[in-house]
Amino acid sequence: MNTAKHTFHGGIRPLEHKEDSNTTPIEIAPIPPMLVLPLQQHSGPTAKPCVTEGEYVYKGQMIANAADASGASIHASSSGYVVAIEARLVAHPSGMADTCIVIETDGLDAAIETSGHPNWRNLNRVELLDILHRSGIVGLGGAGFPTARKLNTDSIDTLIINGTECEPYITADDLCMRERAADIIRGCEILKYIVGANSVIVGIEDNKPEAIESMGKAMPSSPDWKLVTFPTKYPSGGEKQLIEILTGRQVPRGGLPANIGIVCQNVGTAFAVKEALEDGKPLISRITTFTGQALSRRGNLEVRLGTPVSYLLDYMGYTEQKVPRLIMGGPMMGFALPDATVPIVKTTNCILAPDTNELPLPKPAQPCIRCGFCAEACPASLLPQQLFWHSKSSNFDQLDKHALDDCIECGVCSYVCPSSIPLVQYFRASKHEMRMRRNEQQQADKARERFEARQQRLEREALEREATRAARKAAAKAKAAESSRFADEADPVQAAIERAKAKKARLMQQSQQGAQMNAESALDSLKTKLAAQQSTLQQAEADEKSEKITTALQASIRRLEQQIAESETKPPSKDVEE
Amino acid sequence: MTMAEFFLNDLTQTVLVFLTLGGLFGLLLGYASIRFKVEGDPIVEQINALLPQTQCGQCSHPGCRPYAEAIASGEAINKCPPGGEDTIHRLADLLGMEPQPLDGEHGIEKPKTVAFIREAECIGCTKCIQACPVDAILGAAKLMHTVIAQECTGCDLCVEPCPVDCIDMIEVTTNIKTWGWEAPENDDIIATDRMSDKAA
Repeated sequence: MNTAKHTFHGGIRPLEHKEDSNTTPIEIAPIPPMLVLPLQQHSGPTAKPCVTEGEYVYKGQMIANAADASGASIHASSSGYVVAIEARLVAHPSGMADTCIVIETDGLDAAIETSGHPNWRNLNRVELLDILHRSGIVGLGGAGFPTARKLNTDSIDTLIINGTECEPYITADDLCMRERAADIIRGCEILKYIVGANSVIVGIEDNKPEAIESMGKAMPSSPDWKLVTFPTKYPSGGEKQLIEILTGRQVPRGGLPANIGIVCQNVGTAFAVKEALEDGKPLISRITTFTGQALSRRGNLEVRLGTPVSYLLDYMGYTEQKVPRLIMGGPMMGFALPDATVPIVKTTNCILAPDTNELPLPKPAQPCIRCGFCAEACPASLLPQQLFWHSKSSNFDQLDKHALDDCIECGVCSYVCPSSIPLVQYFRASKHEMRMRRNEQQQADKARERFEARQQRLEREALEREATRAARKAAAKAKAAESSRFADEADPVQAAIERAKAKKARLMQQSQQGAQMNAESALDSLKTKLAAQQSTLQQAEADEKSEKITTALQASIRRLEQQIAESETKPPSKDVEE
Repeated sequence: MTMAEFFLNDLTQTVLVFLTLGGLFGLLLGYASIRFKVEGDPIVEQINALLPQTQCGQCSHPGCRPYAEAIASGEAINKCPPGGEDTIHRLADLLGMEPQPLDGEHGIEKPKTVAFIREAECIGCTKCIQACPVDAILGAAKLMHTVIAQECTGCDLCVEPCPVDCIDMIEVTTNIKTWGWEAPENDDIIATDRMSDKAA
């Protein structure tokens, strides 16, 4: 056993109230008449129901499938009939309803046939992760991140097992370590095997001596396994804080522990991993602390997921308070339940039922006096006071510069504030607002891309249409040209007009030039003809042709002589006109 | 004054030094203006990045980018109802102007909506598909159409062309996944105020 050499910045030491609930052993809670199993008990996509209303389900039967590899499935925690799949009030700070599968139990607690894998070392990593994924295992420390997804990472050097449980009142992990150390260590071995870590560090706060002892006994005596204790300080159990305590290294901003070769798992998760693999039991129950002065019995119960809180409160002897306030989680990070009928879910580590004196309502906030206590106490080394001003004025750029994203919402700043300013509430609200804005921006960017893509498409289509039209026109013209008689002419109509014009012009020219010449040449030709006729006549007389021929020739000679006489006396008419 | 005296003269030297420096810097600037020339109009890009990209045309421009171009050339910044006061403030910050109230002529700020087609009534005319500026409606002629809700910007442009009026604009409500903490309200009292409230 070692003591940690490092610590983190800030932190507080509030009253622990652990002894309220850690003196009795873990008790198995009875089966409630009704189980309400929300489809969203983890961070990631909502599970999809795979049973229908009226169906009989066995204990351990999968009733909702994980949406994908980043989701988690849900199993029936006892046998009975599915009576409804509907929106019910769930354990959520919003007080909103969400879809739940409601099972009316039959008290038989008949389990579905399952078989574990005691020889899990024969399976490969993918198969082991698949079993964990199908068993619906999520981080039981608080955030409910699906374990199979968290373990699906490479280059892990160190596996850290978180047995810190730093929040006041909660003793679920403490009792689990005291009573089930051997199983937890078996789970750790499986986890170590899956991520391929070289070493395992189990970190436990020094306010749990019994847990430290039993874990120390169960742990293999190998140099690869280390049990490290450290002084009690809130919030040592925060993943990044614990890594700093145990290794002295800090997770980079916006990064994951996997970036520095570390993966963290809660002791409860390690136990659930062992049960899922070796015993084939999916995640259907968990250890939850019931504490607070409003309960007559305080202690830890192993409860079936989906058990209504009110049923368990009755079991633990709850006295209704004047101002009833039920808190899920601890006093630092928990939230007030909207109603006692909400069910226990995978992440419910504690139900705190305080009486009015135990956990008074917060005092009204007073102005900030700039004392700087919050900056001294902040475990993430932020400047809560600056963040407060910027949150109030919604100055998101400055909030980003002051690394609001690194805030783990541990509530230390609000706890130390002498003016009772609910700082962490401002930060939660601002973080939400910033997340919303980022989403909006992403959506706007997507819309812009889609709009621009559409514009381009429309332009391209218009161009294509234009191109087809041009091509069609060219084709039509080519076809017309081919079938035309005037193949070499550009435009047949125009060509015809041209031709007509040319003809007219030619005629004009001819008539102009040739009017006189015509008359002379006509006379000449008449004379030649006359001569020819006369010689023919002489030839005919000489040859003693028939009288008919000679008469005809004489007549044509007479006609020609007459024409020649006319031509010689009459001047050409055109010349006179011009 | 000889040539040597002229060059040794203090005044001449000063003038020459500054002329040389001026020339050098001139060359440097000239080179820089060519080498580091900024293509396009970055202010339009910046304005466009602040606009909500609803592409609704309520500003009387056919989309957010044309409006960004118009703002860059001097148009009023208060014509975007989907962006609302928030966008006006961010634009005013960017352009160093006084924020103005939203111009009511172009519409009022409304909660975000998403189009929904009552599929049983859809006749498959594709008119809404042609109207959608972000291609968020799926369907084909004479087949039922539907809106891809994640891509819908809630611009309203599909409602008008629908001949059978089967498109509803549904307001986006907060669900358990989009819910977030709200900032504490009215914390500016001092403790004694609360006491007097109780006494009263």
